[in-house]
Amino acid sequence: MADKPKPNDLLSEINYTPPSRKWMDTPVEWKKGYYCYGAKPKNLDYIGFPNGREWNVTEQDWKLVDNWKEIFLEGMENLLKKFRSFRLFMDICVRCGACADKCHFFIGTGDPKNMPVLRAELLRSIYRRYFTIAGKLGRIAGARDLTEDVFKELWYYFYQCTECRRCSVFCPYGIDTAEITMMGRELINLLGCCTDWISGPLANCYRTGNHLGLQPHTIKSNFEYMLDDLEEHTGVRVEPTFNRKGAEILFVTPSADFFAEPGVFTCMGYLLLFHQLGLDYTWSTYASEGGNFGFFTSNEMMKRLNSKIYAEAKRLGVKWILGGECGHMWRVLHQYMDTMNGPADFLEEPVSPFTGTKFENAKSTKMVHITEFTADLIRHGKLKLDPKRNDNHTVTFHDSCNTSRGMGIFEEPRYILNSVCNHFHEMPDNTIREQTFCCGSGSGLNAGEIEELRMLGGYPRANAVKYVKEKHGVNMLSCICAIDRAVLPPLIDYWVSDVGVCGVHELLGNALIMDGEKERENDLRGEPLPGMEDKGEEE
Amino acid sequence: MGMIFSLVAVIVLVAIAFMGAKQNLLGLFGVAIPYLAVLVFIAGFIRKVIKWGQSPVPFHIPTTCGQQKSLPWIKHSSLDNPSTTLGVVGRMALEVLLFRSLFRNLKTDMSDGRAVYGSNKWLWLGSIAFHVTFVVVFIRHLRFFMEPVPTWVNAIDAADGFLQVGVPHLLITGVVLLAAATYLLLRRIFNAQVKYISLPADYFPLFLIIGIAVSGILMRYFIKVDIIKVKELTMGLATFHTTVPDGIGVIFFVHLFLISVFFAYFPFSKLMHLGGVFLSPTRNLANNSRAVRHVNPWNPKVKLHTYEEYEDEFREVMKSEGIPVEKES
Amino acid sequence: MYNGGKIIAGLIIFIALVTFPFYTNMGKTIEKPADLAAAPDELHIGDLPIGQMRAEHMMLLDKWRDEVVRGGQRYITYDGDEYEKSIQNGCLACHSKQEFCGKCHNFAGVNPYCWNCHYSEEEGLL
Repeated sequence: MADKPKPNDLLSEINYTPPSRKWMDTPVEWKKGYYCYGAKPKNLDYIGFPNGREWNVTEQDWKLVDNWKEIFLEGMENLLKKFRSFRLFMDICVRCGACADKCHFFIGTGDPKNMPVLRAELLRSIYRRYFTIAGKLGRIAGARDLTEDVFKELWYYFYQCTECRRCSVFCPYGIDTAEITMMGRELINLLGCCTDWISGPLANCYRTGNHLGLQPHTIKSNFEYMLDDLEEHTGVRVEPTFNRKGAEILFVTPSADFFAEPGVFTCMGYLLLFHQLGLDYTWSTYASEGGNFGFFTSNEMMKRLNSKIYAEAKRLGVKWILGGECGHMWRVLHQYMDTMNGPADFLEEPVSPFTGTKFENAKSTKMVHITEFTADLIRHGKLKLDPKRNDNHTVTFHDSCNTSRGMGIFEEPRYILNSVCNHFHEMPDNTIREQTFCCGSGSGLNAGEIEELRMLGGYPRANAVKYVKEKHGVNMLSCICAIDRAVLPPLIDYWVSDVGVCGVHELLGNALIMDGEKERENDLRGEPLPGMEDKGEEE
Repeated sequence: MGMIFSLVAVIVLVAIAFMGAKQNLLGLFGVAIPYLAVLVFIAGFIRKVIKWGQSPVPFHIPTTCGQQKSLPWIKHSSLDNPSTTLGVVGRMALEVLLFRSLFRNLKTDMSDGRAVYGSNKWLWLGSIAFHVTFVVVFIRHLRFFMEPVPTWVNAIDAADGFLQVGVPHLLITGVVLLAAATYLLLRRIFNAQVKYISLPADYFPLFLIIGIAVSGILMRYFIKVDIIKVKELTMGLATFHTTVPDGIGVIFFVHLFLISVFFAYFPFSKLMHLGGVFLSPTRNLANNSRAVRHVNPWNPKVKLHTYEEYEDEFREVMKSEGIPVEKES
Repeated sequence: MYNGGKIIAGLIIFIALVTFPFYTNMGKTIEKPADLAAAPDELHIGDLPIGQMRAEHMMLLDKWRDEVVRGGQRYITYDGDEYEKSIQNGCLACHSKQEFCGKCHNFAGVNPYCWNCHYSEEEGLL
């Protein structure tokens, strides 16, 4: 992008003092680079979503159905009856402002409607007007009519929220903007106004089992590339199986892990680990996606896509399920899957075949996080590791929003990192663990057309990376999320530069000593290991 | 605009009470309105909470603010990320009694071209001072509603006045309550971000509470009223043998009327956070959703794309890649 | 209603706390302390109308204390007679601590610290 603004130009524009004009009187300024393209009807039709049509966000006329307002308000009433969170969060906010400067989009853009409280007020003003007694008084009661402009404003700002829940950590009542954004997006989807970047993966995933639309043979050939690379680097030929009945474990990870760099390196880490262990496991092409864009759309769509995991586990007759590194995938698996598609009474309580550890925390859902699995292996001395192979990396760890604030996975990945590399430094306290900053592109916002917004939303994360780069010489940002692996490289290039991005299991794959391996000269990226820099030239 | 509106509204309320008392409408302002206010408060409060209760919690969505309970050798954060009901009780107690989440508050600023985050406990301090003193002041007022006055109420009064400044002795909580409410108000006016998000519904309760505190303090220290007659009236209310003694003083009726408005307004306003905080599903659930299945009462029937449909579409390519299939054709 | 048991229990506890003054006094009749014996506009020693004494006597005592302790002015003349500005020798000369002061103080939950030092003859020396 030749016309991409310079980082310093963007930063100097940030101003946290809101304008004097009241927010209700301030119309949306449709800034290019801040809004996604609208959904195409063919994708919506494929998944049976209503009101698909050719439309354009930038045009005045969004071609909404005639009774759109009725549909919206009926939908809202329905959601208020279904979700206590929604009704409660509409009622009890005191506008103390504690959340205001916690949102990465507010920190990055300074747009006051990106303060979580105001994002919620956009919808709360409608709630008051149509669902409370006082709201009939109108503006003095903080209420306003639902108009097409108001609907567009909701749309604009509910696609400027990554559902990261950082605000909810600071809210004295736990009001969770993710929950409000999810409700907003449910309503938006009733009117066929999904974004193209979300509806495409939805349709793909529904049909092919993964967001990228990879068909069985493509998945297989992608694996062949990885397996060839692994054989070249390690001398070991790994032979994973697909859709194999009778395997002990089904492994599910985001499809991005077997599609593009640097995700594939993480996937190579899994492959090496499972091979070395001799794990009796299988991949599935039907349930070939851990991620779930339904989560960014509607609870029903989330359920429809998620159902494939249990269905496939049942069909293949596995005992339990192991899940790869991903953020929102894990929030869905941890907080939603069992409720939506359980009970998983056809599976067994997960037990590690190598250490005998019972994963009691997953005894109902029967799905274990790969870092729980691997940390347990390392703790029991089941892996031979050579952390020196990662000595060219000074590593920090980015806590993903969903695994942090929707699960609380903090120590497992750190334990692995400290076992597989010698140089590890934390980013500042206010930017990690439950206070971690979003990558800026979660919840279906990783669209090319909103790059400027994503760079700004990711700024607080990049800023913290820059800090540890300058202070400790950090040159590798590790994470346990596929979206992170996809979006952090361009983000870091934009704000920081010269810091790589990797999954935790990529570093594990580097350090893992395989039985029968040749002398390892390269890491999983094919770059020379520390001390091996001259080898390539000698040969 | 919202601030001026709310200020005027409270001034009008004061004027109404003032004129009412001057017009000797003491039965109305001393008995009828207080009863009505308490009735509205109780009925409105119950109605609102029941309304919340009628919506289920379909998904298990605690916000986890510490290490999960997973492997036995990893130290688990039992209060910020509870895995048991006991832990949830602890987390809720910290939240309700000590404002745990607000204590985390930070201030974000741009400094030298980068975002920086500083500790910012003022809001926490102002809020906790406000709420704690509000409760103590509320309890102290039981001396007007119990006869004989219980020792523990007298003890709280004595502790509150332990400085023994002036006659009647200065009660610290009253002053702190007024100061804290004023801080919360000034914050709304002078913090640009908070001002931007503030509604009339945010200013009004503050002005109302400030009005209540000021009229109470005036009555205790400056514009004296006959406290024995006041208690005759309040005990009349409490025992349902209502009486309105002559010559109590107008300031009392202003105080009482503002309190009545406060009670009646409560269930229809953001003040319901008092009840709501206990129902917040991001705080009151244990993070055990993989260990114990959470049930959604309206779990929807949805259309699925089954494996059979999938295999039908991709059977040929699966077979050519050696991927097992259920049916050969 | 979902989680109805817990919600109703919570509501009951809350309502019980809020309505405490009503049921704790159920069926009680309250005996109020005696009414004023004198005409309200008649002046008391110190030139304060009797009607205002109940609300403002503490200010008068406070003023007298300062005059005695800091100014050495121990006596006040009222209606030609001289009175000592003293609780023991002044107020309690006419009023009974228990019957007069105590009744209202107890009724209103007022615990003045006068009695930390002063005693009445009814009680005798401690």
